[in-house]
Amino acid sequence: MILSRGPKLCNFLEWRGLKVVYKRYASLYFCMCVDADDNELETLEIIHHFVEILDRYFGNVCELDLIFNFHKAYYILDEVLIAGELQETSKKSVARVIAAQDTLIEHAKEQSNSLSNIIAQATK
Amino acid sequence: MGSRLRDMIRSIRACKTAAEERSVVAKECALLRNAFKDNDQDYRHRNVAKLMFIHMLGYPTHFGQMECIKLIAAGSFPEKRIGYLGLMLLLDERQEVLMLVTNSLKNDLGHTNQFIVGLGLCALGNICTAEMARDLAPEVEKLLQSNNSYIRKKAALCSVRIVRKVPDLVEYLTVPATGLLTDKHHGVLVAGVKLCTELCQSNELALEHFRKHVSTMVRVLKNLVVSGYAPEYDVSGITDPFLQIRLLRLLRLLGNGDADVSDAMSDVLAQVATNTESNKNAGNAILYECVQTIMAVEAIGGLRVLAINILGRFLANRDNNIRYVALNTLVKVVSVDTQAVQRHRTTIVECVKDSDISIRRRALELVCALVNENNVKVLTKELVEYLKVSDPDFKGDLTARIAGLVQKFAPNKQWYIDQMILLMVEAGKYVTNEVIRSLVVVISNANDLQGYVVRTLYRVFQAWDGQESLGQVTVWCIGEYGEFLINSANELEGEDPLTVAESDAVDVVESVLKDSRVTPTTVAFALTALLKLSTRLPTCADRIKNLILEHKGSLVLELQQRAIEFGSILTKHSELKATLLERMPVLDEATYSAKNEMGVDGQQTAAAVASESDANGHLKQPNGIGKQPAATANLMDLLSFTDEQPSTSSNSSGNALLDLLGNGPLDGSNSLTSSAKHSAGGADMLLDLLSLDGPAPPTSAPTSTAAAPLAGLLDVDPLGNIPLGNLSLSGGTPKGPPAVVDPFANLTSTAMLASVPSPDPAPGFPTIVAMQTSGLKISFDFTKPADSPKTTIIKAFYSNLSSNPYTDFVFQAAVPKFMQLQLEPATSGILPANSTNSVTQLIRLTNNMHGQKALVMKLRVSYKANGNNVLEQGQVNNFPAGL
Repeated sequence: MILSRGPKLCNFLEWRGLKVVYKRYASLYFCMCVDADDNELETLEIIHHFVEILDRYFGNVCELDLIFNFHKAYYILDEVLIAGELQETSKKSVARVIAAQDTLIEHAKEQSNSLSNIIAQATK
Repeated sequence: MGSRLRDMIRSIRACKTAAEERSVVAKECALLRNAFKDNDQDYRHRNVAKLMFIHMLGYPTHFGQMECIKLIAAGSFPEKRIGYLGLMLLLDERQEVLMLVTNSLKNDLGHTNQFIVGLGLCALGNICTAEMARDLAPEVEKLLQSNNSYIRKKAALCSVRIVRKVPDLVEYLTVPATGLLTDKHHGVLVAGVKLCTELCQSNELALEHFRKHVSTMVRVLKNLVVSGYAPEYDVSGITDPFLQIRLLRLLRLLGNGDADVSDAMSDVLAQVATNTESNKNAGNAILYECVQTIMAVEAIGGLRVLAINILGRFLANRDNNIRYVALNTLVKVVSVDTQAVQRHRTTIVECVKDSDISIRRRALELVCALVNENNVKVLTKELVEYLKVSDPDFKGDLTARIAGLVQKFAPNKQWYIDQMILLMVEAGKYVTNEVIRSLVVVISNANDLQGYVVRTLYRVFQAWDGQESLGQVTVWCIGEYGEFLINSANELEGEDPLTVAESDAVDVVESVLKDSRVTPTTVAFALTALLKLSTRLPTCADRIKNLILEHKGSLVLELQQRAIEFGSILTKHSELKATLLERMPVLDEATYSAKNEMGVDGQQTAAAVASESDANGHLKQPNGIGKQPAATANLMDLLSFTDEQPSTSSNSSGNALLDLLGNGPLDGSNSLTSSAKHSAGGADMLLDLLSLDGPAPPTSAPTSTAAAPLAGLLDVDPLGNIPLGNLSLSGGTPKGPPAVVDPFANLTSTAMLASVPSPDPAPGFPTIVAMQTSGLKISFDFTKPADSPKTTIIKAFYSNLSSNPYTDFVFQAAVPKFMQLQLEPATSGILPANSTNSVTQLIRLTNNMHGQKALVMKLRVSYKANGNNVLEQGQVNNFPAGL
């Protein structure tokens, strides 16, 4: 439905009683399905907000980044939206939180690596 | 074991064909399944990640659901993270497995690590079920008051979902939510405001509670608007537009219906409306929300004007998004303040022609809301112009709307008819049957315009392009008013004179008849029209006869039937032709327009049905008996039933129209189901009196029922008791609507049958007296054939209790739809005076709801006594049980 729309048309579509708001970034389309009484312009802003955060995190995000790191993209999404509602309006805060969680994971990995090293050595 | 996530993704992307991809995915799934079976701990998180990727591609992945749960139950943060993500992606709230997570969730919500708590809240907020919500609500409420803003904000949004799932918990959350409103952290504020909005939406008390805190919200909003540059929350020059929009929405809810609260916020609303820059999307989003709020609360006039001006600016903007949004809002505004919107009418009409379909739709809706008596002509002209150039997929919508508008606001009949003809010419195939019906009604009511109509149609028809609707209406009009075409009666001033020969008129009908593009319905119309023309245009009678008889062998049953029956009228019963084919009585406009309101607007107007319609009268009473109010009231009830049917398909109301025409088989109206039956048994009886003889089971053949009424509209004059043997039905055969024959069947319910098999005497059915009046007694004897318990053979005995002999004795009977009736001819039509059981007649009844419903029957008896025509009616309710 969305792919068939021309470039100059408005970014809103009606579908099954709901609205679909989409924004195109190069070859990627970000679509959000909202209720009929939601503010469509604000939805566009939310999409942009999310994309900017992704950009900041991945550094000039491109399609491949999202494909190979889909789980990370989801983590970021979870920091931006819950229950379909916007959570955090500050991009900095989101970036901070994600960075903190990433560090946690790094530490955990290091720990498990060192543990398995010890065990591997011990069992040799 | 197995490859890394990255490698799997790469290999899937490298596939060139769908089949290749499927095989790679299948292989991976097999590996995953084995790994899960082996309870592999080390790589579980990687496996679940792979599973998620496969899920995103669209393949089934239910076998991995337990793994997610195991991961969540594990101790470390990375595993929990993947586990929760998997939970949210692979499961949804309908899966029962979800409940197993509840315990882990509870533990995680009490964890010391804020991120783990966050994970839990996030998962809960996204997919919790009502039971989980109830279980974990106390924990979430506690977290709402946590010191950590990160947790607070997540808890707030989680509560939003909890409130949606379990509205009872609103009371517990109201107080903590209020606390959030004074928070400093924007994230918490955003979430908190959303929570308050949700609470207000679901609960009146909460609404009252939050109204007291309006000042806080106003203050926060004000700060945002006047604050300077705040780098953390800035979006294209505006400070935290999201928060502003949320606040505006909450204010909208609170101010709606409350003047004091609206007063308190009017300042800040004005400030937002004037100060916000509108050259960026964020600014426009805020203005949009602001306008909506102003229109929804009890704002003062000045503020409203401000809002409408903003909308006007939006409308003129070149950005499609903005225009869409403006049109959307205007639709809501127009009910409040029509004048202001009228000013922008031209712009809106331009939007109807826009290249963007979303905008076109919105604009069309708005235009329809704007139409009133003054501008209907102009607007309709514009719309019809546009119709010529619009896309096919939009045409249907547009046509329906134009038709609706024309019907509602037509200043005079002539204009209405003109517009409809135009419409049919432009978009013939999109004009629904509904609309055609009402056009026909209007034409039949507009006596002075009939000549004009038929001449205009004739002219227009020269350029006919196969449009169904135009064909149907033209053919019908020519059939009814053919002589106006020839003798140019009732010419309106300014009308060009038109000379049409009789054969030209027949030409027109013939071309419709022979065109391969028309449906059988239209051909049926044409046949009927030809028959009418045979009286009105006597010189062409032979030609007409030949044309009709050409369809004798048609493969469509309806057409074949009509052709044969009309043919025999023309050949054998030409003395009846004149009376048979008189002009149709005027159809009741009020009832039609009431029906149409429902069809077009899709609303159920309760007091829809108007006065009794003549159409009923004429069909039912061939012997000129007056209308019976009670019976017609029942008919009205039945019509109002069809009104109450929830189906919005125009067909169903169209079919209700058919019923109004008193036509026989109410088959097409599937909406006339048991509800109609239960509520008005009387109405059923009446309708079945009209339908008579073997009501066919409801077929869904809307198009053929469309043909039915017009055929049935043949003016059936009293044919007396002439058994039209070769025209009668073989009753009881359920086929497509045998509409034409019904009028005839109405008059004589004698139906030709296979001979009734000699029934075995069934035990224990007493003879009943079906009807007894001062001069006549009818009694019924019952027998049941052994092979079919549903069937009953009734032997009716007629006794003449008076001292005058009765001649031309005719017995008619009607039964409800769930029964079928077949009558044999009586042994004689003459009842000698003072005779007992002198004449008998066999009646065969089949009760399709044998055992569920008892038999009922309505009787009508007519005879001549002492030179007077007598008609007696009665109802038989005392059938023995068990029949």
